[in-house]
Amino acid sequence: MEYIWHWGVLLQPVATGEPDTYLDWLYSGLVNTVLLTVLAFALALVMGTVFGVLRTLPHRAAKAASATYVSLFRGVPLIVQFFVWFFAVPEWLPDSLGDWLKALPPHAQFLSASVLTLGVYTGSRICEQVRAGLAARPRGQLHAALALGFTRAQAYRYVLLPVTFRTILGPLTSEFLIISKNSAVASTIGLLELSGQARQLVDYTAQPYESFICVTLGYMALNFAILRGMRWIRARTGVPGLMGN
Amino acid sequence: MQTIDWQALYDAKNVLLAGMVVTLQITTVAILCGVALGTALAVLSLSPYRLLRNGAHAYVALFRSIPLVMLLLWFFLIVPQFLKALFDLPSSVDVRLISALVAFSLLEAAFFCEIIRAGIGSLPRGQMYAAQALGMTPAQSMRYVILPQAFRAMVPIALTQCIVIFQDTSLVYVIALGDFFRRMTAIGERDGTLIPMLLFAGATYWAVSTTLIAMTRLLQARLAR
Repeated sequence: MEYIWHWGVLLQPVATGEPDTYLDWLYSGLVNTVLLTVLAFALALVMGTVFGVLRTLPHRAAKAASATYVSLFRGVPLIVQFFVWFFAVPEWLPDSLGDWLKALPPHAQFLSASVLTLGVYTGSRICEQVRAGLAARPRGQLHAALALGFTRAQAYRYVLLPVTFRTILGPLTSEFLIISKNSAVASTIGLLELSGQARQLVDYTAQPYESFICVTLGYMALNFAILRGMRWIRARTGVPGLMGN
Repeated sequence: MQTIDWQALYDAKNVLLAGMVVTLQITTVAILCGVALGTALAVLSLSPYRLLRNGAHAYVALFRSIPLVMLLLWFFLIVPQFLKALFDLPSSVDVRLISALVAFSLLEAAFFCEIIRAGIGSLPRGQMYAAQALGMTPAQSMRYVILPQAFRAMVPIALTQCIVIFQDTSLVYVIALGDFFRRMTAIGERDGTLIPMLLFAGATYWAVSTTLIAMTRLLQARLAR
């Protein structure tokens, strides 16, 4: 059985009757993947920073909260987390909020659940890096800041965190790349990002190789763009003289 | 909120155990094949021949740049055709399982290659020189001096990777292979108890992962002594 290549299929109008070609579907998939990756990474940075700082505070409850967060979200497979955020969490919300959520357009529901899942999950990984980065700061930096009259919050905001972020740019780059690949799991709850569109194209065109090749190249291009972007940031803000920078 | 229907879970215990067997089967095969192929790749990537080195680097870069979901879809597309072309397989053979095993083995080879390379890289250069000065061939130095030490250095990271593999096997959902998670959701959808089933599945994965992480820590502490 010989496979018949037919690249022209990508330029054909879609079978659902909309004024799109299959290439437009792939493009909208790429847009969704990029959107999800960037939003989730932003959320992950916030979550990771907050819980990473909590772990370094001299309060037992703060440390325990951070440890629980990491254990919970790193111990459960990502696909289970996607299902829980999408199917279970809306049911646990107060009725009014849950009803409002379920009345949203499907795409908004898929995207918001995906951003939350990926952001909170990746936050638990970034938390560990922020914690390690903060632990690697010499003790004197915090003490010097406090001695100068900074509050603890100010010491973190103006002294410790800025340097920490500049030293963990390498691991953060890896997390950015990982989040772009993990975004493909969002197709399991129905978000039509790149890999979801790949499967939809196979259903409609029966030309799996063309569709998979395009999508795989799309992920590679995204990987490359993230690497380039992060390298640019590292060249400008990385701490000079460190092995990783 | 719905509660877990323990009776339904108990009735489905055989199905769920079969699912867990599939999950553990993929995990085990991925680890064994991944370590074996990964070691070969790591040795190749340190070879003095540029062609072999570049080949190993390209392999690792390719597999690490494609999302696991896409890899599974790719191999579920390619492997069944490959098998059909090579053997006259009876239709009872589960091509989904074979596809998943191949995909995970080849992917984890790339990850273990990086881990082993880091293990070898952590050794002082003098080890290789000393082994060769004692009259060992390069292959013998690798086999008897470098690799045993590299494996010991990489044990904690490798074990962490094994836990990641155990969790990642749940992604075979995308090729409709009946592993533990897929069967849990199937039962939940059948009985209208999806949410409790999801929570039970998550708790099971969490319990296994957390136990393994604790064991890794213990082992790490013993190795460090």
